Amino acid sequence: MRVAHMTTTAARALPDEYTLDHLDHLESEAIHIFREVAGEFERPVILFSGGKDSVVMVHLALKAFAPAALPFTLLHVDTGHNFPEVLDYRDATVDRLGVRLVVAHVQDYIDDGRLRERPDGTRNPLQTVPLLDAIEAGKFDAVFGGGRRDEEKARAKERVFSLRDSFGAWDPRRQRPELWDLYNGKHAPGEHVRVFPLSNWTELDVWRYIEREEIALPDLYYAHEREVFGRDGMWLAPGEWGGPKTGEEVQTRTVRYRTVGDMSCTGAVDSDATDVAGVIIELAASRLTERGATRADDRMSEAAMEDRKKQGYF
Amino acid sequence: MTTTHAITTPAITTPAITTHDSEAPVTVADELLAPPRRHELLRLATAGSVDDGKSTLVGRLLYDTKSVLADQLDAVERVSRERGLDAADLALLTDGLRAEREQGITIDVAYRYFSTATRSYVLADTPGHVQYTRNMVTGASTAELALILIDARHGVVEQTRRHLAVTGLLGVRHVAVAVNKMDLVDWSQQRFDDIVAEFARHATRFGIEDVVAVPVSALFGDNVVDRSDRAAWYTGPTLLEHLEAVPVGTDPSAQPLRMPVQFVIRPQSAQHPDYRGYAGRLASGVVRPGDEVVVLPGGGRTTIAGIDRARADGSVESLDVAFAPQSVVLRLTDDIDVSRGDLIAAADEPSLTTRDLSGTVAVLSERPLRQRDRVLLRVGTRTVRALVDDIVDQLDIATMEQRTAPDGLALNAIGRVRIRLADDIAVDDYRALRRTGAFLLIDEADGSTLAAGMADAPDRNAGEGI
Ligand SMILES: Nc1nc2c(ncn2[C@@H]2O[C@H](COP(=O)(O)OP(=O)(O)O)[C@@H](O)[C@H]2O)c(=O)[nH]1
Repeated sequence: MRVAHMTTTAARALPDEYTLDHLDHLESEAIHIFREVAGEFERPVILFSGGKDSVVMVHLALKAFAPAALPFTLLHVDTGHNFPEVLDYRDATVDRLGVRLVVAHVQDYIDDGRLRERPDGTRNPLQTVPLLDAIEAGKFDAVFGGGRRDEEKARAKERVFSLRDSFGAWDPRRQRPELWDLYNGKHAPGEHVRVFPLSNWTELDVWRYIEREEIALPDLYYAHEREVFGRDGMWLAPGEWGGPKTGEEVQTRTVRYRTVGDMSCTGAVDSDATDVAGVIIELAASRLTERGATRADDRMSEAAMEDRKKQGYF
Repeated sequence: MTTTHAITTPAITTPAITTHDSEAPVTVADELLAPPRRHELLRLATAGSVDDGKSTLVGRLLYDTKSVLADQLDAVERVSRERGLDAADLALLTDGLRAEREQGITIDVAYRYFSTATRSYVLADTPGHVQYTRNMVTGASTAELALILIDARHGVVEQTRRHLAVTGLLGVRHVAVAVNKMDLVDWSQQRFDDIVAEFARHATRFGIEDVVAVPVSALFGDNVVDRSDRAAWYTGPTLLEHLEAVPVGTDPSAQPLRMPVQFVIRPQSAQHPDYRGYAGRLASGVVRPGDEVVVLPGGGRTTIAGIDRARADGSVESLDVAFAPQSVVLRLTDDIDVSRGDLIAAADEPSLTTRDLSGTVAVLSERPLRQRDRVLLRVGTRTVRALVDDIVDQLDIATMEQRTAPDGLALNAIGRVRIRLADDIAVDDYRALRRTGAFLLIDEADGSTLAAGMADAPDRNAGEGI
């Protein structure tokens, strides 16, 4: 008996007119998620940094509720070491949309001693406390984050609706199974739910979508000349945050950023990509994942991300 | 075979993926640069018993489609070295949480992504332990295809039957069987044929429409992405070639319209003072302006006045047609009361409206489901209070035997229940309409998800219709 193929003819292709592109699938899924949250929660907030994933989130959220206005507040945790052009972009976006933006400043916490600067100057891990305080102060019950499951191993198991206790902590054992598109947003007072509408997107999907929808991003996502110095195989931008150290030589290079976070640990990559199409070409050829290439803090240990998530990080 | 862990990891080259309908090999890099106009999405779920080689196979799929990038591979190689292996263990690519790493097992559904010239894949990687039926149910709920692994040395085992049963129960239409470790049975055609024949017998029993079996060696990469020259007798597709070709999606024109209302859009702005639209994602079917619809469970009838969707610039366009699974806004001709929790359905083929529901549930929580339990039931966008009226039976999914369940249904158990509802719901036969036949049971006290349910056909729900 040869049964390599047991295909029955029951399986036939979809008519062309009813076939969706995978970006349309992802968009429809994300819009569905935004609407579920609007329907089930009292005070949702979108984490908005001006980074590409958060920009795409806001774009999708606008599409989900048009022609009505965005029913969500935006929240940004400013490490104090953000790229100025990203902050400008953030503020311009907020003005254009006429939405409310809440900013939590890590600097305030350092100034009054609630947080202490780390020896390595990295402020990414310091964002957790201001974030949780802002969530509590704003009584936010749903917090949209731009996390994607393809970013990192620990994120591969993240839910779309991720339950956090009142300390913002993520307990893998308490996460609810997620079936079909029935998201369970039930939570106790003091708890909140992190929601990840881009869960099923890859970095390439995000860029393709940016291209398709002609979404404007901060300029530093595209190749530009910048003074940088090398550290741990990345190009870092000098700044008040504490670089370069002696021995680290500053040079001018043509670079772009793949993520825009805290300047102390967000590295640039050499690039000639001056537009989205160029970025997509580079990405296709790229051999480094986004986090590995540009986020020093994730390299600290195999389980770095998992540890920070348990403490309530994004 | 002394080095079962030693995976050959050739220098990263661009693998040539040959698609079915074209002789020309398409490289992954080419694909990334020039995607076809419609790049489809296929969601699949894996299932296999422990040590069948599932992690290795998934690692192999990712690796050979170039979805593993240099730094991930570095990390895997480093850990492999630390563990004294000669070459990278691709299985390490796919296990995430620390507890799992320490115990060396996979305990939760993880999602993986890879793409080729034709398709993007979302792979729900579900652990294969007996006690984790819950995970397989979760992974299968969104899958169109189940990828079931069989160890060629062991053939179809009890676990395989469980996987098939869950696949059938959850209404996954396509099954791909990877008969793995063919290298350990000398690529015996007889062995493969025997396994496939037995598998086919079970698949038919569980009502699965489409099965394709591929002999593979995940460890060495034979017939996973690249064709093997070790089994000249096998002329079918490689595993990936099959994934590239299997039809995806359900023809929406063959199903009646269903759209759970998620949110009412009322801008109340100067520009749109009287706009009122119902936002939702089509669960099934096709909709056009002028179509007659019924709003359930209320039963109000009206017609579709318009279908709106936002453009990239935020302005709104009106569509001539929309179909599942698009997210749209529907405007209705009549001013009837519609809110979140309602279902807009085709007037000539509506869902069943009922307060008594029978169906099959899979228990997902440590808390068992017992008769007389008070819970919340979620179907579509509607949540109602519910009482577990009766636990009809428990299904032994290995044997498909039904037995009574006097102590209720424990974690990972599957059984039939009858549920009484405090309010009407609109629901469909899960076998016919997956999205609107699926439900959750939720713990009223702590909000946890207790069970996943699949509603029976209306004739089993006899007598409670409108
Ligand atoms: N000889 C051989 N060994 C394999 C093959 N696939 C996996 N293995 C080995 O089988 C063992 C279990 O594999 P793993 O992927 O961890 O299994 P899982 O528990 O199903 O995820 C490991 O030692 C693998 O190296 C194969 O095709 N041939």
